[in-house]
Amino acid sequence: MHALAERIKREFPDGFVDAVEWRGDLAVTVRPAALHAVAGFLRHDPEIDCDYMVHVSSVDWPDAEERFEVVWEVASIRKRHRVRLKTRVSEAECQVDSLTDVWHGANFMEREVYDMMGIRFRNHPDLRRILMPDDYTEGYPLRKDFPLQGKGWRDTFEFLNEKA
Amino acid sequence: MNDTEKTYRFEDQRDTVYKVNPEHPETATLPLQRTEELLLNMGPQHPSTHGVLKVILELEGERLVKSTPVMGYLHRGVEKLAEDGTYHQFIPHTDRLDYVCAMYNNFAYCRAVEKLMNIAVPERAEYLRTIVAEVQRIIGHQFWLGTQALDIGAMTVFFYTFRDREILLDWFDELCGARLTTSWYRIGGVERDLTPSLIAKLRAFLDYFPPKIDEYQVFLEKNRIWLARTKGVAVISAEDALSFGLSGPTLRGSGVDYDLRKYEAYAAYPRCDFNVPVGKNGDTYDRYWIRVMELYESVKIVKQCLDQMQEGPIMASVPSVTLPPKDRVFTNLDSMIQQFKLFSQGFDAPPGEIYCGTEAHKGELGFYIVSTGGGKPYRMKIRSPSFIHMGAFDHMSRGYMIADAVTIFGTYDIVMGECDR
Repeated sequence: MHALAERIKREFPDGFVDAVEWRGDLAVTVRPAALHAVAGFLRHDPEIDCDYMVHVSSVDWPDAEERFEVVWEVASIRKRHRVRLKTRVSEAECQVDSLTDVWHGANFMEREVYDMMGIRFRNHPDLRRILMPDDYTEGYPLRKDFPLQGKGWRDTFEFLNEKA
Repeated sequence: MNDTEKTYRFEDQRDTVYKVNPEHPETATLPLQRTEELLLNMGPQHPSTHGVLKVILELEGERLVKSTPVMGYLHRGVEKLAEDGTYHQFIPHTDRLDYVCAMYNNFAYCRAVEKLMNIAVPERAEYLRTIVAEVQRIIGHQFWLGTQALDIGAMTVFFYTFRDREILLDWFDELCGARLTTSWYRIGGVERDLTPSLIAKLRAFLDYFPPKIDEYQVFLEKNRIWLARTKGVAVISAEDALSFGLSGPTLRGSGVDYDLRKYEAYAAYPRCDFNVPVGKNGDTYDRYWIRVMELYESVKIVKQCLDQMQEGPIMASVPSVTLPPKDRVFTNLDSMIQQFKLFSQGFDAPPGEIYCGTEAHKGELGFYIVSTGGGKPYRMKIRSPSFIHMGAFDHMSRGYMIADAVTIFGTYDIVMGECDR
């Protein structure tokens, strides 16, 4: 196992789920309860020192019990490594801790995840839609059960239905 | 050329009457008779927003107390579309992300898919990719410099940078048949080789261009309005810049030496000798200075690549993934079937997930691809620098004047197509 994953496992034996290394990328999955503590550890531990926020993303696995996967990718400029921190959450709960207080950049990126996938972030300072309109009611477009053509809102645009 | 002292000589003439911020100590407010909060909507249709972007500015006199970007006017659901097409089919969609510099999007996307498929690109293709990417960087920075100066009120620079940008756009036209939406990169290589005419034109441009960069600087370096409006504006510390995820010149302006071209050493960059300019004050001026210095560096890189490049294949030979040569497609039935299958059904990607970032002229443009096997990506996330830079807008604009908001959009080099995706 990657040394960094080893450290996380040692520090958080209860929170650690698994670590995968593929094509040179390290992805560590942790339990939602331990997420915030692991993130703080990655950020502040002098050996790991992940000071750079790369991206926040989410993946929808409709058939899995824990349907949503939230992904934070962080890197350390000084130590030259990257790690992908992941956590899984069920559709019923659909809420994870926000990491905005650990990395400022998580603010907008988590808002995007909320907007696109409908996962809520606990203690997020400003959890609103960011790309879709504020009054958008059709749901969350990047979920797998959302049809590519939308759910009909588009058809209400008059100019699209005009006969030439 | 790298004479920082020279560019900083106007330091003491800096107009500090209205500039307070460094790291917004809550905005040393002028004594005001304030009765109510004033909100100002800037945009969505504002010439300086370079697209459709609204910012709600909360004001204290003429000072910004808080600004809230409202984005998404150009949201087209590119990430959703990606899940519905094959990997090859997505390349033209990437052109429409950052439509000013389409080559970089192609490059970043192809690199990500190559990492997923574990394909090595032939050496000549690596050189061609590097040359075209650096030409695109020159175009991007010319575009940025012209529009940023225009926003600040120095109109002349715009005409000079666009004059030279036009030469390169015509060069792109000859290279791939399009000026902006290029789609020239392919998974595993590039679409076509440089012709002798293109090489000659590029070499001529490389001789012509460096004196022109000096010319751009003459307009700005001694322009007191430019200096007053860029020096000490939108200051961000290195630590905050990293935490916000800023990248590219916006991050290097704060003194962080982070450039993926050096850091990951992909394509032909490890075989080229070039410097990464790094600022020290983290203000708009430093970010301007870095971009201008990068123009010189890009010229250096392109020259070295043209000198070092050897003959060879321009496309990796992995028939199950990469496209067959175009002349074979027109003459050979097998190749035609292969091309047809690759575009319509795609290739079988292994299950797994990768993230691959590429240094575009704006910053780190990354693709996070989740594959569950099959010809289509299961999930594709685009890490676009413009979007992430907008996340720092509130932090960087607090305490400055309304007019400075314009320069802060500019300093990110924001393009809404990429920001909203």
